[in-house]
Amino acid sequence: MAEIKFEEALKKLEKIVVDLEQGDLSLDEALKKYQEGIELSRTCSQRLESAKKKIDVLNKNKKGEFELKPLDESKVGD
Amino acid sequence: MPQNSTDLFSNQAVFNQSRHIFTVSEITQDIKSILENTFSEVWVEGEVSNLRPSSAGHVYFSLKDKEAVLSGVIFSRTAAQIRFKLEDGLKIICFGKIDVYPPRGNYQLIIEKVEPKGIGALQLALEQLKAKLEKEGLFSSERKRSLPYLPSRVGVVTSLSGAAIKDILKVLERRFSDIHVVINPAKVQGDGAKDEIAQAINELNLFNKNVSPGERIEVLIVGRGGGSIEDLWAFNEEIVARAIFNSKIPVISAVGHERDVTIADLVADVRAATPSVAAELVLPEKEELRQELSDLNQGIFTAMRHILDLLGRELESGVRKLSLLNPVTLLKQHQERIVDLARQIYVRAEHFFKLKEAAFKSAVEKLSSLSPLNILSRGYSITFKADGAVIKDSESVKAGERIRTRLDKGEIISKVEEA
Repeated sequence: MAEIKFEEALKKLEKIVVDLEQGDLSLDEALKKYQEGIELSRTCSQRLESAKKKIDVLNKNKKGEFELKPLDESKVGD
Repeated sequence: MPQNSTDLFSNQAVFNQSRHIFTVSEITQDIKSILENTFSEVWVEGEVSNLRPSSAGHVYFSLKDKEAVLSGVIFSRTAAQIRFKLEDGLKIICFGKIDVYPPRGNYQLIIEKVEPKGIGALQLALEQLKAKLEKEGLFSSERKRSLPYLPSRVGVVTSLSGAAIKDILKVLERRFSDIHVVINPAKVQGDGAKDEIAQAINELNLFNKNVSPGERIEVLIVGRGGGSIEDLWAFNEEIVARAIFNSKIPVISAVGHERDVTIADLVADVRAATPSVAAELVLPEKEELRQELSDLNQGIFTAMRHILDLLGRELESGVRKLSLLNPVTLLKQHQERIVDLARQIYVRAEHFFKLKEAAFKSAVEKLSSLSPLNILSRGYSITFKADGAVIKDSESVKAGERIRTRLDKGEIISKVEEA
């Protein structure tokens, strides 16, 4: 659950709402979905508030392979 | 002119003395130096005709107006720098020098600069390339892809020293940025910019081929900050247009110049007016997401409450139905029915027995009046054969047979003497 992408979590959440709204679920199923939904929603909230950006620069090493190196932001802009 | 051959020959000496005879080479050399010195830096205006590009990259054509034609050539090095495409019929202004070519005895204009007449060279180039790419379908709206929602990896092609990257980083700072940005730096103006931009786009596409699907770059921002039309020129180049067109990753063009639409803008899947706008397209507002989340939460609660309401109502009606099926109630009902039935049976049986009793009594009376035993009491007797059959005929017995005679009281066993 911790590794799920924000977008995926949001999509799942949407699906759960639709499933629940359609209402042809058994109580068991509905409760399971409900619980899953609440957990996803909590994950999303946490993710939303604690999101961290990551900025890399694409480089090619000597072998011609691609490598990602963190951007040195102090060098940006001049 | 001499009138006859005699005169011609008689005047020969004079003629020989006063005349200077050039060789073809000499006169051509003179013409060459006169022409080339006189017309070493000239501007000539005319219409392009009979355009003949050579395989070596030189361009041969004629410049003409209504009354004259001038041969012209643009050597490959100059030709490579012309931003627009020379076409027959195009009116141009050329700068160059007249060159005489002795082996052919002709002269031509060696052109060093060309500009289209009436319209700027850049503008013309833009129009020409636009028309060409449009015809090829590079701008077609059907091929525009929609942008991924909340991409987790975004590629950026721009210069690390430009304003664009700063603007994009600023947007990242204040927006929801659960995002991984991969910058592939490229020069965005001057010589080589177009090649670097195109290559950077191609490389990011290549990068995607070598990583797992979850690590792929989902959208590209290609751009730079604002500038003059010349500064932005790389984004009007064919090689950049084709790189964007061929990109498997959807491209947002972000050339900071709202007034002029570049060719990159026309080819890109989405055009953003500035790099900041491009970043905003990719990164949603935190507040929007919060709202969306809270809407979804509300949706779950509402749906769940609805389900529970529905189930509650079903349960209630179930309980009502169940109470009708309660075994105690059923048992009571059965008991009552049994008691009832038993009562009925009793009543009927009683009635039945009464009826039967009466019938029996009368039958007994009738029977006793008909009983042969009553007749025996009057002195009659009945004789039976050994097998119990009543003897009614003497023929039915033989001498010596044992017979049994029933009297009113007792029996007699006898032997037939004669029959």
